[in-house]
Amino acid sequence: MFAYYLELALRSLKRSPGLTALMVLAIGFGVAASMTSWSVFRAVSGDPIPWKSAQLFVPQIDNWGPNGRNPNGDPPSAMDYADATTLMRDHRAKRQSAMYQISPSIVPAGAGKHPINVSGHAVYGEFFPMLDTPFQYGSGWGASDDANRAQVTVISSKLNQKLFGGTNSVGRSVSIEGRDYRVVGVLNDWNPQPRFYDVVNSGGFNSQSDDVFLPFQTAIQAAIPNDGNTNCNAVPKESGFIGLQQSECVWIAYLAELDDAAAVAAYRDYLQGYAREQQQAGRFGWAPNNRLRDLRAWLDDQHVVPRDTKVSLLVALGLLLVCLVNTIGLLLAKFLRRSGEIGVRRALGATRKAIYLQFLTEAGMVGVAGGGLGLALTCAGVAGVGWVLPKDIASLARLDVSLLVLTLLVAVLATMLAGLYPTWRASRVQPAWQLKSN
Amino acid sequence: MQIKPVLSALQKHRLAALLIVLEIALACAVLCNAGFLIASRLSAMQLVSGVDESSLGFIQLEGFDPKVANDLNARVVAGLGAMPGVQSVHVINSVPFGPQAGAFGVTLDQAGKQFRGVPELYLGDPGTPEALGLKLVAGRMPGAQDYQSVVEGYLPASSNVLITRTFAQRLWPGEDALGKTFWTGKNQFRVIGVVANLSVQQYDEEGERGAQWTVFVPTKSGPPLAGTYLIRADPQALDRVMVEARTVLARIAPDAVFDHQQSDTLPVLRERFFATDRAMAGLLVGVIVALLGVTALGIVGLTSFWVAQRRKQIGIRRAIGATRGDILRYFQTENFLIVSFGIVLGVVAAIAINLLLMKVFEVPRLPLHYLPIGALALWLLGQLAVLGPALRAAAVPPVVATRNV
Repeated sequence: MFAYYLELALRSLKRSPGLTALMVLAIGFGVAASMTSWSVFRAVSGDPIPWKSAQLFVPQIDNWGPNGRNPNGDPPSAMDYADATTLMRDHRAKRQSAMYQISPSIVPAGAGKHPINVSGHAVYGEFFPMLDTPFQYGSGWGASDDANRAQVTVISSKLNQKLFGGTNSVGRSVSIEGRDYRVVGVLNDWNPQPRFYDVVNSGGFNSQSDDVFLPFQTAIQAAIPNDGNTNCNAVPKESGFIGLQQSECVWIAYLAELDDAAAVAAYRDYLQGYAREQQQAGRFGWAPNNRLRDLRAWLDDQHVVPRDTKVSLLVALGLLLVCLVNTIGLLLAKFLRRSGEIGVRRALGATRKAIYLQFLTEAGMVGVAGGGLGLALTCAGVAGVGWVLPKDIASLARLDVSLLVLTLLVAVLATMLAGLYPTWRASRVQPAWQLKSN
Repeated sequence: MQIKPVLSALQKHRLAALLIVLEIALACAVLCNAGFLIASRLSAMQLVSGVDESSLGFIQLEGFDPKVANDLNARVVAGLGAMPGVQSVHVINSVPFGPQAGAFGVTLDQAGKQFRGVPELYLGDPGTPEALGLKLVAGRMPGAQDYQSVVEGYLPASSNVLITRTFAQRLWPGEDALGKTFWTGKNQFRVIGVVANLSVQQYDEEGERGAQWTVFVPTKSGPPLAGTYLIRADPQALDRVMVEARTVLARIAPDAVFDHQQSDTLPVLRERFFATDRAMAGLLVGVIVALLGVTALGIVGLTSFWVAQRRKQIGIRRAIGATRGDILRYFQTENFLIVSFGIVLGVVAAIAINLLLMKVFEVPRLPLHYLPIGALALWLLGQLAVLGPALRAAAVPPVVATRNV
């Protein structure tokens, strides 16, 4: 029976080829345009670590007081050395890491090679498991390496390629700022955008990848200076890197992993207690004013995602909506005139169910054809964004498969519903009436 | 033209007409908001840097030993300055659209009570303001005696500085800034000149810093001012100079690493800085074109369908005396009415969407003049789209009325 409906549908669609083409094009075009722009817009607004962003938290401690707060009353977005190291020592979260941006020079082995400047971060060992960084060889370092200020390093696969030709370099040594460090791990391709773990310094987007990671305390001891932003509310008493460590200047980013609401509440209490202690000790002349935001809220607060991007996402959705309404309108116009045909078929003995099936088949065909066209155009569109967009954005644009499937389903369902309504109306009327009025 | 028969005919096609109205309303709402987004992207890209961009280039060297900074500066300034086409070379900390090089919170008093924001500071050696092409609007340019060495930290203890008109207004609204002083920590600045414009290095619209919040601090070259250079060259020779500078630098400064990412001409740096804005605006234009195209196709499709359905009625009307013009105008009026209903709904929706966006995403308020522009665009689009089918309707001969279906 289905084959017969297909044939009927094909015939009916052929009767007005222009209108059919228009409907198919509208759906295909709408799906493709909205999905392509969605994938681009999402690329710059996406959650860099969706499986874990709800467990990652950024603590802020108010070490500057009322004069240093922003108009919302928020404390500085980074930490000073004293607070960051105390929080690390107290170790109240499941995992945590203080970090600062470094830009050391590396001397490749072999005579006559020029030193190269690479960027990276000084972090604690828990940084790697906390952020689920992928390793090509080896792994991160342990807590004992942090405590002993071990001369170990984790490098990127890019740097590994440059220094060791891409072979397993675990156990070999690298000369960083004139000292030898033992490679313990080589990261697989890992350059999350936005660079969520240190938005204070990268502004969120950075085309240069982090190529070297050193233990935080080792980097401090080796006096590898901060390469990121430093914000001060007062000039440090002592100059230089040591002076910076003793000052209230903020330059250290901090991430903590907290598994559930109870852990978050406990950590909040801990921060409150710490700030109160500092107040009692006379360091803070004000009541505690901490913040503890999860990663998404933090990225939002730091304006990492341009507000335009989110609005643009809505524009893309608006386009899809217009295309769907358009198709539904055309289908309705077509189907509403079919009551005569329905009357004849009913009079010849077709059941209501059969009528419904026939019309659903016809509408479904339009939907499926449009969806198929949309799928092809979307793939072409996403592959083609590299032509019109800057490389760093285009490389982030990825097709969201689940969303695409959803869109196609919505498109097909919408067209079928559009086919259903006139059929329902027509099939309620007595066949004799329709035959007569014809 | 009588509107009543048009309306009563539309009542026969309530659902289809309603859907077209809905489509136009959606298109209108999206059009107004997207147009506003594009316009704000484009206006952001018009940022005035205040410097002679077409004759300037920026070079950044890295990885050199700080102990050789003075020697390196001397070598680079002499070496690059000797290249043909180069007018002057200066040591500068950064340029507009260059890397962020120093933002300092400033206060009007030494005690640090009257905070006035965080401007960006430009540090440059003698002759830099002239090489940048800064336009003085009051006071004087720094003279030889104003350029001081940095003894400690990043800045001279006390300096005579240039500030922009905008930042002068920010510090002392409605007053003459010349001779006045402000502070960052222990460092004092005295305003000796006000320039028209000098934009910040990396302007962030959503940040708290204005685009022209800058201070030029005259400084002698030497640590911390080292490794970053401003080249002024003949605009025709600039591109060639920047390419050749790499070879020259490899010879005169082999101990330093040339930063390919940051070193380029100012036009290139500017273009790179706005690349995302341009891409976003382009994509939005694409979306709008698609939107208008789909809407027009929808109108064409539906009207063609209606025309085909009403062939007999059109024939009857023609037979009892309606002219071709009457038929044409009938469909045009019908379209005008439908689009008008859509626009009324759409304007309401556009405002509602904008209010919602203002609340959720902190976007600025939609300027009201976007609404009539959007409405006009849709009216025009509707009339253009309906013209083809309406002409076909007008061509229906009166004899159709006498034929049986």
